[in-house]
Amino acid sequence: MPLHLKRLLMLGVLIVLLFLLLKHLLTPVSFGQFGHYRGKAIDEIAAHQVKFVGNKACVSCHDTIVTMKNEGYHSDLSCEGCHGAAYLHVDHPKLEKLFKPDSREFCGKCHSINKARPEKAVTQQNIKDHHPEDKCIKCHNPHQP
Amino acid sequence: MTEKKTSLSRRNFFKNAGIAAGTLVAATTLPAFDAVLYAAVKRNPKGPWYGIAIDIEKCIGCGTCAKTCKIENDVPQEPFFFRSWVEQYTILKDGSIKVISPNGGIDGFTQSTSADDIEKTFFVPKMCNHCAKSPCVQVCPVGATFETEEGIVLIDEKYCIGCKYCVQACPYGCRYFHPDKHVVDKCTLCFHRVKKGLNPACMDNCPTKARISGDLNDPESAISKFIRTRNVYVLKPHLNTGSKLYYNALNQEVR
Repeated sequence: MPLHLKRLLMLGVLIVLLFLLLKHLLTPVSFGQFGHYRGKAIDEIAAHQVKFVGNKACVSCHDTIVTMKNEGYHSDLSCEGCHGAAYLHVDHPKLEKLFKPDSREFCGKCHSINKARPEKAVTQQNIKDHHPEDKCIKCHNPHQP
Repeated sequence: MTEKKTSLSRRNFFKNAGIAAGTLVAATTLPAFDAVLYAAVKRNPKGPWYGIAIDIEKCIGCGTCAKTCKIENDVPQEPFFFRSWVEQYTILKDGSIKVISPNGGIDGFTQSTSADDIEKTFFVPKMCNHCAKSPCVQVCPVGATFETEEGIVLIDEKYCIGCKYCVQACPYGCRYFHPDKHVVDKCTLCFHRVKKGLNPACMDNCPTKARISGDLNDPESAISKFIRTRNVYVLKPHLNTGSKLYYNALNQEVR
């Protein structure tokens, strides 16, 4: 074999070896554990913080009001659906206060008249005409409407 | 000339016609392909196989799902970035269709069209379909997005190179490019909650319980019963993505 071809061949082998070395060093250890992805990513995503803690956590302090809610039309509602995520509040109840919605617009997100809302699913009211000067919660207890 | 005559002989013609007819008859005995329920059968022998069901007849368009999703998953608050959102379809009497989704439905919907012009109107909550044959997973050049054994499509944000090819590939528009992380982001079906035995945040906080998720492997699960008893449909079944987001009472106009 001529010398120039030998040199070219050696260079080719060197490039392939370098590629294999880099691939070995750069591919994460867990890549290919379950499929064509980094297996460790599953645990990383599963470790994210849960922010909506659920009604059960609310009951432990606010049992009267949760019971009241569960007996009324709003029984299917989660507390945090209106009040916001409570993950900080459960750890620091005095420091981290939750949102207390009281605007007409907030109630209107579910209860304003819209032909697209199924009539059976929710009571609807024309919020522009129905006592426009007052807040809804003046007459309707949101926990027992 | 003689050879050519032989290949077109009567004997060969009957032979080929017989093979073709036999294949056709055999093909008719195969079960019909069902693009809607393609992914609703047992797929994960080791554990659960997750699917989602949304009942359009129950959705009141309050946008709580979209709002809670943003909080639970640190989705940027400004519009255009959504893992979960609600659209309002309005089909007018003149046949035209109007689709709106102001801030993904988070601030609620106001009907701007006169009630007299409306033929039909309804809300369609949307989110990742967690397809069993995800186009987004197929196009990822680095293996940063994948389907888990439980049938949940996830993104490895440490491995994503931000090429956005998957954003274009998703036929349902369920992916967005995260403006701060510079990687693609999407619904994980609240993987971190599901793994702890909780429901996804959007489902726990839905006031009318219009959305459920669960194990399609278990014939007694709420979602399996939902699929059996309702007239369910998936979005764009002709694309054969193996979508696992089943809608009850989905209008054919919905895209």
